[in-house]
Amino acid sequence: MSVPDSDSLSLGAAFYRQFLRHGKALISSPADLVNPLLFFFMVITLFPLGLGPDPERLSQMAPGILWVVALLASLMVSGKLFASDFEDGSLEQLCLAPQPLAILALAEVLAHWLGTGFLLSMVSPLFAVLVGLPTQALPVLFMSLLLGSLCLTLIGAVGSALTVSIRRGGVLLSVIIIPLHVPVLLFGSTAVVEAARDGNPVSWLALLAALVLMSLALAPLAIGAALRISLDNG
Amino acid sequence: MSLLDAKDVAIERGDRSLLRGISLSVEAGELWQLIGPNGVGKSSLIRALAGLARLGVDGDICRSAAALYIGHSSALKRALTPVDNLRCHPACDVTVGDEQIAQALQSVSLAGYESVPVGALSAGQQRRVALARLLLSDARLWFLDEPFTALDAMGCEWLEQQIAEHIQLGGAVLFTSHQQSRFGAQQHNLDLSLYVSA
Repeated sequence: MSVPDSDSLSLGAAFYRQFLRHGKALISSPADLVNPLLFFFMVITLFPLGLGPDPERLSQMAPGILWVVALLASLMVSGKLFASDFEDGSLEQLCLAPQPLAILALAEVLAHWLGTGFLLSMVSPLFAVLVGLPTQALPVLFMSLLLGSLCLTLIGAVGSALTVSIRRGGVLLSVIIIPLHVPVLLFGSTAVVEAARDGNPVSWLALLAALVLMSLALAPLAIGAALRISLDNG
Repeated sequence: MSLLDAKDVAIERGDRSLLRGISLSVEAGELWQLIGPNGVGKSSLIRALAGLARLGVDGDICRSAAALYIGHSSALKRALTPVDNLRCHPACDVTVGDEQIAQALQSVSLAGYESVPVGALSAGQQRRVALARLLLSDARLWFLDEPFTALDAMGCEWLEQQIAEHIQLGGAVLFTSHQQSRFGAQQHNLDLSLYVSA
């Protein structure tokens, strides 16, 4: 590092450092990266078995199936977001940092999203073939999941921050955040449905992008406040 | 000017009132030990003074210097190496260079463990990594909650030396410990059993 040691840390550098810390921790435990993908794959393969082998019907339901399973995969991992930080005391230190807690938490959430939601949307076209999604809808599926998973992760992070100090807070977490996930699911899956029948998915994607921007602006504040409350309780 | 001023602080946990009527003023170069039996509220008080707990804390607490807090949990990521842990520590207020980190690890006798994940180190070694932060921060106010636990005789001696140096350089240290008066006449004692609310 070229910065002299007595320099106090800028906000950007602190953000980057926090991002790096969480990213490195995520990479060094591959199970956390692979589990959501594996879950996504396993549940997707169950649908053709349960619904029967009619390709017509399957491909009609594909957008909904893919989106609901992606939502569940995101729900599954978002509970863990701040859990290890809470257990090992990193959260205390995060609260004492001179930088705003909201910004540092956002860095962590983004690193988490890159390792989970982003990865999932990258491989989603592969899984889409399993349920017979029409090929022209694949780019829209990717785009909608890319935007949607960021939104789901940000909302999930608020729930995770609220419930992190509660033992077995998993059910409570679902109750808190699933209602907030509904608009994301609605816009996302409708975009894919539109693309599958050669309609116009752009307006739905734009709505999804608007949701992302809104949650990027508001979620960090809620996460910061929720983390402080959780720390007081813990 | 004092680094930390607390007036008439009261601590509650849940519905239970733990401590009340605590006032203290910590000046530069002072060393304070919080004394009291288990469960009296030493950790709760030190967390409140460090600014970590706000719920159930009453009274005025005013800190006028950067604070460093090391508590029971090490705040280390088990999967990361000591070097990564120290470099990316969330509460570190300055950028630390690789050189400084290497020196700090050497000082806590962990040279050679730079690339071992923290999870593979022993409890005492993890404690040393956490304490290496003392060398990498320029905070003037140290809050150490039971800093001597899990340390061997040499580690304790090292820590005593760090604390002594820090207060000589114009810092201030508050710590909790079960052992009575580690630093003899140098230190101020705050016996919490005198403040237990009836």
